[in-house]
Amino acid sequence: MNFRLARPAVLIDINGLAELAAIDFEGGTRLGALTRYATLERNSGFLKACPLFADALPHIAHPQIRNRGTIGGNLSHADPASELPAVALAMQARMRLTSRRGERELAASDFFVGILTTDIGPEEMLAEITFPPLPRASGTCFMEVARRRGDFALAGVAVIISLDEEGYCTSIRVALCGVGDTPVDATAATTSLIGQRCTDQAIEAVAADVREAIDPPGNVHASADYQRHVAGVLTRRAIATACLRAADAA
Amino acid sequence: MQPDPHEVALCVNGAPYRRTVEARMLLSDFLRHELRLAGTHVGCEHGVCGACTILLDGAPVRSCLMFAVQANGCELSTIEGLASASGDLDPLQQAMHEHHGLQCGYCTPGILMTMTAFLRENPAPSEDEVREALSGNLCRCTGYQNIVDAVLKAAANMRAAP
Repeated sequence: MNFRLARPAVLIDINGLAELAAIDFEGGTRLGALTRYATLERNSGFLKACPLFADALPHIAHPQIRNRGTIGGNLSHADPASELPAVALAMQARMRLTSRRGERELAASDFFVGILTTDIGPEEMLAEITFPPLPRASGTCFMEVARRRGDFALAGVAVIISLDEEGYCTSIRVALCGVGDTPVDATAATTSLIGQRCTDQAIEAVAADVREAIDPPGNVHASADYQRHVAGVLTRRAIATACLRAADAA
Repeated sequence: MQPDPHEVALCVNGAPYRRTVEARMLLSDFLRHELRLAGTHVGCEHGVCGACTILLDGAPVRSCLMFAVQANGCELSTIEGLASASGDLDPLQQAMHEHHGLQCGYCTPGILMTMTAFLRENPAPSEDEVREALSGNLCRCTGYQNIVDAVLKAAANMRAAP
C-alpha cells in the first residue's frame, strides 16, 4: 500500500481476531492466517512438523518485520520471490477460504494464479492453511540467494525427499521462488531420481532437468540466465542436504 | 475522500495519550506529528531502512508499516524513553557514545530500539548474532563496526551491572 500498488477503498484490520492465530496439529499442521513469523520461529513443535520453515523463516526480511508479518498475509500477497509460497507449494498445503457465503478449500497449486495474485475472491479471506504431514523418513531443505540479507530471493528452492531403508529415493518434491510469475512447482522435472540412490551424479542430473524446466523472467538484479544458473546450483545443494537429512531420519 | 476520524488511546514510554486521528495516519507520523515525539525517525517509509523501529508491547516493529489506530490499547517504547528522567544515558546509549557508534545519527533511534529488545532476549550475544540482529537497520555512515563494538560492550556492561 505504501507503494500504491493497492488502493483499497476499505481496509479491515483482522489483528483483533485471536482465533485466527491458532496453531493446531489435528490432521496435519494447521495455521491460522494471523499466525506471525516470529511465533512460528519460536514454536519447536511446529518447526519439527514443518522443518522447511526452520530453513526459510530466517530469510524473511528482518526481526522487526517477522514480529508483525503473518503467514496469511504472506501467502495472500503472493509475491513470487517470497519464500513461503514456494514452501506451501512444495508441502502441498491447502488453503481454507471463508466468506459470508461459506467456505472452500484450495490446493496451493490452484491458489497462486499470477504476480501478487491469488484465487481469493473479493468477498473472501484466507482463514487457515493446512500442511499435510511429511512422508516417513523424509528430509527437507530450503535455500536461497539474495543480494542482501533479508532481501527477496533472486532464486530459492524448497525440497522434500524421502528414502527407503536401502537409501533409494521414493518421492521428491521441488518448488522454487523468484523464477516465475508464481512459485514454480518443478517436481515433474525430478522424476529421474525416483528409485535411484542419491549419488552426486543423479542429483546433478535432476538439477540440470530443473534448470531446463524453469523459465525465469530476469530482473534488475539478475539476468534470466543468471537466475537459471543460481536455481540449478541451489537445487543441487538443497537436494543433497535434504538427502542427508532424510538418511538421518530413516 | 471523506474524513474518517478514530480515537486512539495508548501508552508511550509509560505516559498515556489520547488523540483523534485519521484511520490512514501511519503510526510513525502519529508519534512525530500528533505526540511530538520526533525522536522516531522516518527514512524509507516502506519497511526497509529500520529508522522508525519502536517497541510495540516490547517487540521491535516498523512504525511506518502500521497505522496509528492499530496501536490502540498498546504499550509503546520509543527512543525518548531510554535515558533516565535526569538525562543519564542507558547502558546501550552510553556504549554507542563511547564507541563512536554513530555519525549523522539518523539511523540511531531505530538501532537503539532494535538492540534494546535484542539484548533483553539475548544478554550474551556473539558478534555474529549482533550483526544478524542489526541486519534490518541501515546505516550509511559508520560501516557498522563501531555499532557492533558498542552493542557487545553494552551487553558486557549490562551483564556486569548488579
